[in-house]
Amino acid sequence: MKILVPVKRVIDYNVKPRVKADGTGVDLANVKMSMNPFDEIAVEEAIRLKEQGKAEEILVVSIGPAKAQETLRTALAMGADRAILVQVDDGTEVEPLAVAKILKAIADEEQPGLVLLGKQAIDDDSNQTGQMLAALMARPQGTFANTVEVDGDSVTVKREIDGGLETVKLALPAIVTTDLRLNEPRYASLPNIMKAKKKPLDNKTPADYGVDTAPRIKTLKVAEPPVRQAGIKVADVDELVAKIKALGIA
Amino acid sequence: MKTLVWVEHDNAHMKDATLAAVTAAGKLGEVHLLVAGANCRAVADEAAKIAGVGKVHLADNAAYEHALAENIAPLVVDLMGHHDAFICPATTTGKNIAPRVAALLDVMQISDILSVEGDKTFTRPIYAGNAIATVESSDAKLVITVRGTAFEKADATSGSASIEDVSGAGDAGLSSFVGSEIAESERPELTSAKIIVSGGRALKDAETFEQVITPLADKLGAGIGASRAAVDAGYVPNDYQVGQTGKIVAPEVYIAIGISGAIQHLAGMKDSKTIIAINKDEDAPIFQVADLGLVGDLYKIVPELTEKL
Ligand SMILES: Cc1cc2nc3c(=O)[nH]c(=O)nc-3n(C[C@H](O)[C@H](O)[C@H](O)COP(=O)(O)OP(=O)(O)OC[C@H]3O[C@@H](n4cnc5c(N)ncnc54)[C@H](O)[C@@H]3O)c2cc1C
Ligand SMILES: Nc1ncnc2c1ncn2[C@@H]1O[C@H](COP(=O)(O)O)[C@@H](O)[C@H]1O
Repeated sequence: MKILVPVKRVIDYNVKPRVKADGTGVDLANVKMSMNPFDEIAVEEAIRLKEQGKAEEILVVSIGPAKAQETLRTALAMGADRAILVQVDDGTEVEPLAVAKILKAIADEEQPGLVLLGKQAIDDDSNQTGQMLAALMARPQGTFANTVEVDGDSVTVKREIDGGLETVKLALPAIVTTDLRLNEPRYASLPNIMKAKKKPLDNKTPADYGVDTAPRIKTLKVAEPPVRQAGIKVADVDELVAKIKALGIA
Repeated sequence: MKTLVWVEHDNAHMKDATLAAVTAAGKLGEVHLLVAGANCRAVADEAAKIAGVGKVHLADNAAYEHALAENIAPLVVDLMGHHDAFICPATTTGKNIAPRVAALLDVMQISDILSVEGDKTFTRPIYAGNAIATVESSDAKLVITVRGTAFEKADATSGSASIEDVSGAGDAGLSSFVGSEIAESERPELTSAKIIVSGGRALKDAETFEQVITPLADKLGAGIGASRAAVDAGYVPNDYQVGQTGKIVAPEVYIAIGISGAIQHLAGMKDSKTIIAINKDEDAPIFQVADLGLVGDLYKIVPELTEKL
């Protein structure tokens, strides 16, 4: 089977985002960008399934600016086979619903047995795209995956839920979104980074898939959250005990 | 506007997360509830007592027992024929179901709202809560998830809504529930605990975490949380994780022990009323948000603190 892995280029998780002074968004100029960490986990899981002989081909897709090519090359260097960049203008945000529609069109062409996405992009924090894609494809979804086991024509997914863990069995083709404990992504080796440069990368646009990417949600304003003032440092446990007692909780 | 709110429950009892979603829904207009499950009439009876609720739709069907999104979404889509907004608490269940409904309705979901600013205007956190966006929907219907810590809980006792049975298509035949591992605990649930004691990577292993953190939590009647690092290393189960991609909490008092204060962790707890931090590194970022900080070795401090409280 073929595995489709959508990967998003986002602000690096180590960078503290700054709100632009004019309140229109977050300043991304000269900021380090990386693959969304949950998507790295998705790519890693796809590679492991291929290594187990459960998959033959891994296709990675990114919807984003020209620079998202770098993200795709990273995925290819990790071990994906082929990439598609669905390119939009710099600074254009494509909402999860439109991303899901583009992915649906790609899935119609490519017929993957499994689509592995991140559970959440760490920039918009939407946590929607995988579920939306599953709806549009009328296929089952295993969100927030902690373990994934492909067996014949089904996949068993252990999910991280509020009270603990839950296991569901899904008929293939299925959509799975990754949580943090699914695996630890590998680093690409230098020889693999070189090899990745020769792997096929197709360039497309949303129009090629007939998808209208006009936003449904208008951002009126982006502001800093209320700033928390640092408090005091106490000298020792006795002082801490006194302060805690003053709070009335002990 | 007529809203439909997803009632979070375990087929026996309603969960508190529902109440904040009802408050948010009330700001938009008339509130209806959906109780979908199996043998869950008791939940509908409980939900009918929430103040301000007009009607409870009860879908009682074995196919809805485990809230599988594949089965629930078509049921909600049917009910959305006569509702204007579908509102879920931003729990793992809500996050699983709501986007599936949104896509079927061809609507862009608004995730994790912090406030209702108008009929179609909301605020929501982005970039791990380092920015707050005010957003306006242009869709005909709304699909929303609600951050529980951002809204008061609706009164759960003074209402008297009517209960109406609804039937849905039942099993979509795409997925099945296999099992779950839900830890039973006497401890307060993280999202509703008044006090939380949270441990980080510095706790070394599961045994040490238990020896150091649990007695303090017991003394305070507190819930127990953890950083991602502590969860990844297997000190505690995954559902203890507080943060951007874990649970969002806002207790009266949050005590962070051996946690550095990465932005992803702060995203989940910085709205706590009082933050107390214990860390041996005086420059740890957690001190920038802490009301009370104590610099030192947690292995000396925490046992002494537990004893003296
Ligand atoms: C996609 C993504 C999502 C994430 N989501 C989350 C999330 O939801 N929640 C979350 O918490 N993290 C999350 N993280 C991880 C986050 O970036 C940090 O790695 C993590 O929070 C660090 O955990 P920590 O503070 O326990 O460990 P560390 O950063 O290693 O800090 C340990 C601290 O303990 C102190 N210490 C050590 N020994 C002692 C001692 N004896 N006494 C006192 N203090 C001591 C040290 O000074 C240090 O400050 C996420 C990361 C990514 C990439
Ligand atoms: N522009 C995009 N390009 C490729 N994949 C995306 C894009 N946006 C979202 N995704 C995928 O959908 C997941 C969830 O994103 P979100 O719903 O935005 O939180 C991400 O982890 C990616 O796997």
